[in-house]
Amino acid sequence: MDGVQDRDLTVPMVESRSQEAIPEPAYLRLEGLSKRFGEFVAVDAVSLEIARGEIFCLLGGSGSGKTTLLRMLAGFERPSAGRIWLDGQDLSAVAPHDRPVNMMFQSYALFPHMSVEKNVAFGLEQERLPRQEIRARVAEMLEIVQMSRYTGRRPHQLSGGQRQRVALARALVKRPKLLLLDEPLAALDRKLRERTQFELLNIQQRLGVTFIVVTHDQDEAMTLATRMGVMDHGRIVQVGAPAQIYESPANRFVADFIGSVNLIEGRVTEAGSGTVLIRSEAPACAIRAVCTLPCTIDDTVWVALRPERIQLQQAQHEGAAVENGLSGRVRDIAYMGDVSICLVEAGATLMRVTVPNSSGVLAHIARHDEVRLGWNASAPVVLLK
Amino acid sequence: MTRRGWFSGVMLVLGLIFLYVPIASMVVYSFNASRLVTVWDAAHSPTLKWYGVLFSDGQVLHAAWLSLRVALSASTISSVLGLMAGIALARFGPFRGRSLLLGMTTAPIVMPEVISGLSLLLLFIALERAVGWPHGMGMSTLILGHVSFCMAYVTVVIQSRLAGFDQSLEEAAMDLGARPVRVFWAITLPLILPAVVSGWLLSFTLSWDDLVISEFVAGPGSSTLPMVIFSKVRLGVSPDVNALATIMVSIVATGVVVAAVWMRRRQRRSERDAQLAAAANL
Repeated sequence: MDGVQDRDLTVPMVESRSQEAIPEPAYLRLEGLSKRFGEFVAVDAVSLEIARGEIFCLLGGSGSGKTTLLRMLAGFERPSAGRIWLDGQDLSAVAPHDRPVNMMFQSYALFPHMSVEKNVAFGLEQERLPRQEIRARVAEMLEIVQMSRYTGRRPHQLSGGQRQRVALARALVKRPKLLLLDEPLAALDRKLRERTQFELLNIQQRLGVTFIVVTHDQDEAMTLATRMGVMDHGRIVQVGAPAQIYESPANRFVADFIGSVNLIEGRVTEAGSGTVLIRSEAPACAIRAVCTLPCTIDDTVWVALRPERIQLQQAQHEGAAVENGLSGRVRDIAYMGDVSICLVEAGATLMRVTVPNSSGVLAHIARHDEVRLGWNASAPVVLLK
Repeated sequence: MTRRGWFSGVMLVLGLIFLYVPIASMVVYSFNASRLVTVWDAAHSPTLKWYGVLFSDGQVLHAAWLSLRVALSASTISSVLGLMAGIALARFGPFRGRSLLLGMTTAPIVMPEVISGLSLLLLFIALERAVGWPHGMGMSTLILGHVSFCMAYVTVVIQSRLAGFDQSLEEAAMDLGARPVRVFWAITLPLILPAVVSGWLLSFTLSWDDLVISEFVAGPGSSTLPMVIFSKVRLGVSPDVNALATIMVSIVATGVVVAAVWMRRRQRRSERDAQLAAAANL
């Protein structure tokens, strides 16, 4: 839009995101929250604790129940079972217009017949605050989202990014205890999305409001979240910091859903002293992995190997199959700018490998070349289910 | 290309002739001086004679005034009822009796008017016997009869408008602290107002030119304008009917033109706004 908006982007974010331990007692607590629509269980006994000032991302595919969960927090859906506690207050039976919770809708839901100023003031007018105070708070909020120049505009006279700011201002002006954001960046184009992400973080830190973000976009979740919960079929399958979820996924669903991964099925042939040896048939290889999970010999397990943790080499010496390596043939190379994605055929399986273009490895490797893949023992993640 | 252009040109002209020649001839003959409708009196035409006759005809003026009052009341009442029915159908979810309500509100659209009119007549007679109201047929029974079918159209218009309405707007208002009644007045009603207005206009038009149901539910001395025209024509087409029809056509045409101009202006403005927003995006 213009240069003014870039000015606040430089607030350091790294320090403040390291708050991983939840201080007791939890600010928001969900206890066995469920929602059934007839036979269909949209949300299945979700229990969750969120600290004050957190940005918690609910990540899941469509139909995972994340939006239903958010709508229960806002009060638009009545839980079939369970309770919602916010700051010591039981919200389960409170009507949406009485909850100290505000929501930013995916469509932004700006009132088309009202100006920007009127949209933002709407929530305060419902509280019957004095006119002076409403004006002051609306002006302050529009200043924070850098929309002060557009107070008189109608929503259809704004660009997508501007609408998003107004929607954010409207939801924050009531100073909610909890702000719910439904796919906050989905309607923006890629460039704008990245910038808005940082602005959102910045505003959140300035105001200290607790955010719950629902998204299907893992990049969005990764950059925004202090912690995230991965949802599948109405359940939260894993909760943790983004790095924790990426590096040590709890199961195959999470490993596959977050980032791209090579999943290899195999049998444990050696176990003990912190590592296991796993033999796999497709692709045929032996994997030595660091593993603290309780697995015994002959167990069927899965190994998750991130494409960027695999090294690609020219197949020079035809050696016997060693541990943590396999041979294959390059089927395709996709140039992505910063990295290249190689698809390597190892028997009937396709392995995905990402190679940084700056490494120069691909200078000597072309399609249909025989190659050798290798990885460290710390790279594979063993999954029991 | 040229072949198709020639063909569609001819078809367009034929279509326009088919649609407008009857109306045009009626308008022309309303200025005819001759008493005989089919004979053009070139010596004394054009003349405003029949317009004068029309405005001194008490029966016609009385009927027009009655029709106007009936149409205004019927369209207002049916807009309110249709609004409520439309909201119930579009917003209250699958409540008990929803399909019955849906069926009953839209039944008058498909029901033959003769049947509706007859059943209304029987109902009013039975009511008068049972509770002493209405006292004979008149304006109140006309209004009720017209509401019974106008409401169906309003309900359909409102319901379809609400179906295409982003429900998160209402949720957002609720989320911001507005109670349901306030949400309706501040958000829902302003946004569906165009549908309410068009439902009202539709009802007004339907009520204004309804003949069949009016014949059943009108009493002695409460003839609406279409009834008067129809009875006049039955005795032979008199030229003052042409004048009356011309006046009605010109009122309708003016309305249509004004609406079209207003719509075009609105469209231009929203196009300009969209361009402005796109420019701001850069």
